[in-house]
Amino acid sequence: MNSASLLLIVFAIALAGWFLGRRRALAMAGGDARRLHSLSGHHGQAVFLFAAVPALLVMFVWLFVQPIVTEARIGDAIRANGLFRQISPSLVMSDVRRVAHGLDLMVDRGQIDEKGLAALGADGSELRARLGRVGVAVGGNVGGDVLAAARTLRRDNHRGAVGMAVAVVAVALAGLVWSLSRISVEFRARNVSENFVLTLFFGASLVAVLTTIGIVGSLLFETVHFFRIYPARDFFFSFTWSPQFRGGSDLGIWPLLWGTLYVSLVALILAVPVGLMSAIYLSEYASKPLRAVVKPLLEILAGIPTVVYGLFALMTVGPFLRDMIAEPMGLGSSSSSVMTGGLVMGIMLIPFVSSLSDDIIHAVPQGLRDGSFGLGATQSETVRQVILPAALPGIVGAILLAASRAIGETMIVVMGVGAAARMGLNPFEAMTTITVKIVSQLTGDTEFASPETLVAFALAMALFVFTLGLNVVALVVVRKYREQYE
Amino acid sequence: MTDIAGVRPPRLLTRDARTRRRNAAEFRFRLYGRVAVCIGVAALIVLLASVVANGVGAFRQTFLTLDLSLDAAELDPSGARDVAAMKKVTTIGYGRFLTRQLKAAIAERGIRIEGITDSDIAGMISKAAPAQVRDRVLADPGLIGRTVAFRLLANGRIDGYLKGRVTMKSARLDGNVSPAQLRLSDALRKDGMLAMAFNWGFITSADASELRPEAAGLGVAILGSAYMMIIVLFLALPIGVASSIYLEEFAPTNRWTDLIEVNISNLAAVPSIVFGILGLAIFINFAGLPQSAPIVGGLVLTLMTLPTIIIATRAALKSVPPSIRDAALGVGASKMQAIMHHVVPLAMPGVLTGAIIGLAQALGETAPLLLIGMVAFVRDFPAPPPEGFLDPATALPVQVYNFTQRADPAFAERASGAIIVLMVFLLAMNLVAILLRRRFERRW
Repeated sequence: MNSASLLLIVFAIALAGWFLGRRRALAMAGGDARRLHSLSGHHGQAVFLFAAVPALLVMFVWLFVQPIVTEARIGDAIRANGLFRQISPSLVMSDVRRVAHGLDLMVDRGQIDEKGLAALGADGSELRARLGRVGVAVGGNVGGDVLAAARTLRRDNHRGAVGMAVAVVAVALAGLVWSLSRISVEFRARNVSENFVLTLFFGASLVAVLTTIGIVGSLLFETVHFFRIYPARDFFFSFTWSPQFRGGSDLGIWPLLWGTLYVSLVALILAVPVGLMSAIYLSEYASKPLRAVVKPLLEILAGIPTVVYGLFALMTVGPFLRDMIAEPMGLGSSSSSVMTGGLVMGIMLIPFVSSLSDDIIHAVPQGLRDGSFGLGATQSETVRQVILPAALPGIVGAILLAASRAIGETMIVVMGVGAAARMGLNPFEAMTTITVKIVSQLTGDTEFASPETLVAFALAMALFVFTLGLNVVALVVVRKYREQYE
Repeated sequence: MTDIAGVRPPRLLTRDARTRRRNAAEFRFRLYGRVAVCIGVAALIVLLASVVANGVGAFRQTFLTLDLSLDAAELDPSGARDVAAMKKVTTIGYGRFLTRQLKAAIAERGIRIEGITDSDIAGMISKAAPAQVRDRVLADPGLIGRTVAFRLLANGRIDGYLKGRVTMKSARLDGNVSPAQLRLSDALRKDGMLAMAFNWGFITSADASELRPEAAGLGVAILGSAYMMIIVLFLALPIGVASSIYLEEFAPTNRWTDLIEVNISNLAAVPSIVFGILGLAIFINFAGLPQSAPIVGGLVLTLMTLPTIIIATRAALKSVPPSIRDAALGVGASKMQAIMHHVVPLAMPGVLTGAIIGLAQALGETAPLLLIGMVAFVRDFPAPPPEGFLDPATALPVQVYNFTQRADPAFAERASGAIIVLMVFLLAMNLVAILLRRRFERRW
């Protein structure tokens, strides 16, 4: 029985509970709904919730825990077996999983029955061929231990599935019976079901907290793991980045950090003046019709996915800058460069800066403007000498937010800046950033437990801390500023 | 009025130097503003124009129309019309068969090109075409023995020639195409055998390998994206709405609520790639879900869009005036009833708008999906849900990235074409959001 049908069964039970609960409540009141404390629908709702929610919870937890438990058991068995010292247990484990899957398929297609399966010997090549016939490719001949482990895995999975079905249905029925037995004329079904729903709402609001815990936990766990096999001193103070396949890599963060900051700086140099000036123009000068056209246009820029900007950098801006500027001036011959990525990222940030600044400029009280005009200042003098100073903290906050966005941006730099870890000043050279290296270290084929892979987690941790810090500072600045005029 | 000695009173009709300076500064400032706005709008126009100009070609494809006499002796040596036996003839056999038929057709039409070799003629047809013919024959063995018109994909370079990407000059330098082939394609075009047509395959078929860009399509990517959007919709919308209702209507003001709120606003600013790391570490390595599966992508995108949906929903709930709540409470509704029966339905347009914007954001997101293995080359369509949620698939934006990583320039066109498809989806979603807001939004 698969989880989808189990889900349907639980819903069927709960739905039945809803009708039963209503009927029972009405029957208890002798058909006179006025005698009940709560409407009969509330009784039905209470039964429904008590039947469905705990059962679904059990199912969810079971689905999550069962693979961990069975794999840990088989993993122990594999490790206890001396044969596997030379290969990594995770490789053996994936073989086991594949063989078990193949055996399942063979049974499904009626090529073999359970009895035949039990008698199946481990004379390697024959089993491999049979597995191949059902479309499961196994790397080598299937050894006796792998076959035994696969059998155990199948048995455990099967038992787990049956156990889950029994447990879930039992919990659903128990909830049904218990909540039905609680129904009486005096039973406060409305309060009970409303409190239940409220608890569910509260649980939903915890998802965000759990996500943060998950992010911080996984980053921290793997980063500690990384620093155990690679010295932290080299990571933080080395100026070279050269991962090697066979160990002995130099994994210094500085070239990546430099590239990240350089690209972000170029992006901000474009985005801040353009974004800020267009916000000022649109809020102080532009006529209503112009504003109604231009503002949505700029907002479209904010809605375009970053991969589109990446493609724009790769196919249009990069070659253009190379052919028009870099090559004639002898500055470089690479189409992916800090300038390419920075300019395109700047375009991406324009609407971000302008809409934030727009909000902030709007928050400056009209009285300040009127006072300035009354003293004879021109519009630009008012903007420069009254509005901007008043809005300055908010604008600084907006710039910080834009900077954090730029530092965490991935696709534009992956497609536009390049992959060469280098600390140079020439903006027409390819460099690389933290996010690029996270992608390249985690999408390669290296083994998961190697420092070359784990370094991605340390980099992500650095990125997370960096952007979070910027955001917190920006939010504090913006909030302080808002309070000033409220 | 008293005259101040030595100072000439300003005249009203001529401007003095200082006023001129101030007016010039005013003019300059206004100009900066105009320039800034123009830069922003120009960037948008150039961006869209370059994508459309590069990508529109992907929707048209060169096809070779050929009448094939499906010879029984060659395609069904056993003569029994038995599909299992016919499968013994591989695509290589079909490839040879196609080359011979094409050569015969060229000779029949009296087209003669100097210096053309057999392999040149074979190279006119896409490497995907033999499989195309084979699949159709195997699906309908009754075709054997008859003459059937087939529309075959032409090779990517020939397609490039018709689209102007490949020229005689570049063909001389290119090992994959010869000038003789281009002259042949000119002749075939005049004859009507070679023509461009709308390329449905680009939208419906699966990705193809490096050597056959002409056959590459977005089918698997569109399906994978659709699966992920279904998961996001069914998880993020209920969770987001439930937590917004709690935070906006029920939560007591205490430290715990503060923590949750700060948390949500911080999550909204976490770089998307960090969510990919979360997916890799928790869903794949810890929970053991399969790589490249839409379920993992959907879960990651759900967590990523939650803050967007929560923020939008809370704003919508906040905009419902308190008098609605008071009136409901006044006629004896409980707080939960007041909110669920009155406030939430009134806030629904805003909630749905927020949800659609969140979905659009999720649809365009690429970076986290790279980390959970959706860059893999996937040829097979995932099964229908719910089993298909665990099958490997790709997503539209990741497919764009994938296309850009390949050497053949024909894939660059495909990448831009894929972007156009993606943008059409985004545009449609945003239009729905705008219409919803226009149609149902209420001002209190």
